[in-house]
Amino acid sequence: MAETKTYREALREAMVHEMDRDESVVLLGEDIGVYGGTHLITDGLYDQYGPKRVIDTPISENGFTGAAIGMAMMGMRPIVEMMTWNFSFLAADQIIQNAAKVRYFSGGQVKVPLVIRGPNGGGVQLSAQHTHSLESFYGHFPGLKVVAPVTPNDAKGMMLTAIRDDNPVIFLEAGALYGTRGEVEDGDNAVPFGKARVAREGSDVTLIAYGRQVNLCLRAADTLEEEDGVSAEVIDLRSLRPFDEDAIVESVKKTHRAVAVQEQWRWFGVASEVAAIIQDKAFDYLDAPVERVSGAEVPAPYARNLELAAFPSERAVANAARRVLYMEEK
Amino acid sequence: MSADRENSGNEAEVRGGKSAVATSPGRLVELYGKMVLVRAFEDACQRAFRQGKIGGYLHVYTGQEAVATGFLEAFRKGDRVITGYRDHAHALLLGCDPGEVMAELFGKRTGLVKGKGGSMHLFDVERGFMGGYGIVGGHIPLGVGIAYALRYEGTDGICQLYLGDGAINNGAFHEAANLAGLWGRDGMCPCFFIVENNQYGMGTSVERATAMTDLAAKFNSYAIGNEKVDGMDLEAVIECAERVAEQVRETGRPYAVEAVTYRIAPHGAADFFEKYRTKEEVEKWRARDPIGILEKKLLERDALDEEKIEEIKDEARQRVSEAVKYADESEEPPMEELYTDVYAGEDEYMGTR
Repeated sequence: MAETKTYREALREAMVHEMDRDESVVLLGEDIGVYGGTHLITDGLYDQYGPKRVIDTPISENGFTGAAIGMAMMGMRPIVEMMTWNFSFLAADQIIQNAAKVRYFSGGQVKVPLVIRGPNGGGVQLSAQHTHSLESFYGHFPGLKVVAPVTPNDAKGMMLTAIRDDNPVIFLEAGALYGTRGEVEDGDNAVPFGKARVAREGSDVTLIAYGRQVNLCLRAADTLEEEDGVSAEVIDLRSLRPFDEDAIVESVKKTHRAVAVQEQWRWFGVASEVAAIIQDKAFDYLDAPVERVSGAEVPAPYARNLELAAFPSERAVANAARRVLYMEEK
Repeated sequence: MSADRENSGNEAEVRGGKSAVATSPGRLVELYGKMVLVRAFEDACQRAFRQGKIGGYLHVYTGQEAVATGFLEAFRKGDRVITGYRDHAHALLLGCDPGEVMAELFGKRTGLVKGKGGSMHLFDVERGFMGGYGIVGGHIPLGVGIAYALRYEGTDGICQLYLGDGAINNGAFHEAANLAGLWGRDGMCPCFFIVENNQYGMGTSVERATAMTDLAAKFNSYAIGNEKVDGMDLEAVIECAERVAEQVRETGRPYAVEAVTYRIAPHGAADFFEKYRTKEEVEKWRARDPIGILEKKLLERDALDEEKIEEIKDEARQRVSEAVKYADESEEPPMEELYTDVYAGEDEYMGTR
């Protein structure tokens, strides 16, 4: 059975599913309790589970994230909400220096079963300090898992997996898509990490993305089909660490052309890694250099038109696909 | 909260042994032996560091022995301990094998954490030791979370959270103390903060690093009861530790003690010149060496004699030299260990090798 639900509802459903099943699951974050959550993800949970399991924290990311790590080291399964991932910089010392590394420097004596979740990226005119995509930042650190679901079904299924994982999971939600709807499987639909999803089958070019850029690629694929008769395959990476290299390589072996799309800046980004993996593992199958479509190299602007210009557009993706197909000049 | 604060600053404000039962002479002699062992261990570390057998940083506990020794007397099974990078004493006093601790410093496979942590990251979770951490103040929120978890699990365990005077100016301290105060209201934070005020954060004195030098009183801002203790006087520390631990265990509320002590040794073994303090100052504190103070007391009380002292010191030296030998003779970690312990679970490693 599957029902249409919002991304927001899907996340909440996963947390409720696990909180009912496992008392060690607790939530911490700013205004997640009495207030209901800034993004209403945790709405109603305070009444349902009480203040010892739904812990309203002061505005102090470093403190409560560190406390959650301590809880996790003791066997609890805390889920920390970053009101937005931008604020996680304040907790970066805890996430990077403790959560990611303590298993290693304790010689494997501790586990950190912790989920840190919240909206990633921009798109709603929040300007520079509230608009940031952190996938390559956190994806850089061994010890962390990093996932970025885009469909409501994945939001639920990957959250179930994240909560059950014995490692710290950076759960990057498609914040701009909280209200979007999709079919969500009932019950336990846990989605394993490290498996990409073919969001659209195609034969002429592979568009590779994650998070809300997947939807952009799907629209670009429709445009390419309508305007150029090009069949684009869209790969939703879903999980960035672990990373499904095989899915990309398989698709490129079929299409021989690839475009990697990311909202974040081009330099040192996930798309660079995608391009490198393709040249490493599928070089002989390539008919054109891999294109990258990225955000403009500026702090995010406020004005709507500038913000739109700062992020990849459907047109930019379609044009990049045309370039790797040699339908358009570089 | 401490009733009387007229002696702000670094003068210890020692509370009388109100409720505590005095520690027996026999027990004090045992603890003397432990302090002597810690001192001998740290002396050996410094030698080994100069010989190039220990790499990285090395922060020894010389001068501060009465602090961990005294507070850990209040440690009960089920409790947890977490500290910063000056962590050898805590590990040894919790019962870790000196050979394994030394082997860790030597970077050997037989080390306490398989040669992956070194001096700053000793761990023995089985013994309740949740580790030493290398970022000043970074472990404090962890300790508060550990305390919460102890109550959440329904145990009466407490977390002894050691931090230095240097850590108290760090945001992590203030954020964590605030959480502890908040959670303590509901009896959900049995966290025993132990500030080891050894007068210097590296080479910067407390006076030059913190605007208000009464470190215990900083906890007033977070509704956490607090007091000071003379960290050079083992008996005073034990009295304080047992009384406070009992209270924290019973109430689930945090409490803080500033142990006024002194790092007789340099900050790190590479801190050769000590430009930040005078020889006279070090000598002044050396006269208050916690081992010397205890020795004198025990001699006065006829609990020890010179012969017994030599015997205890010989025994400590012997154990430490065995530890050094064990560390020396142990093998380096095998190359397979490079990639283990990154992730828990089936996928022990992810990424590019």
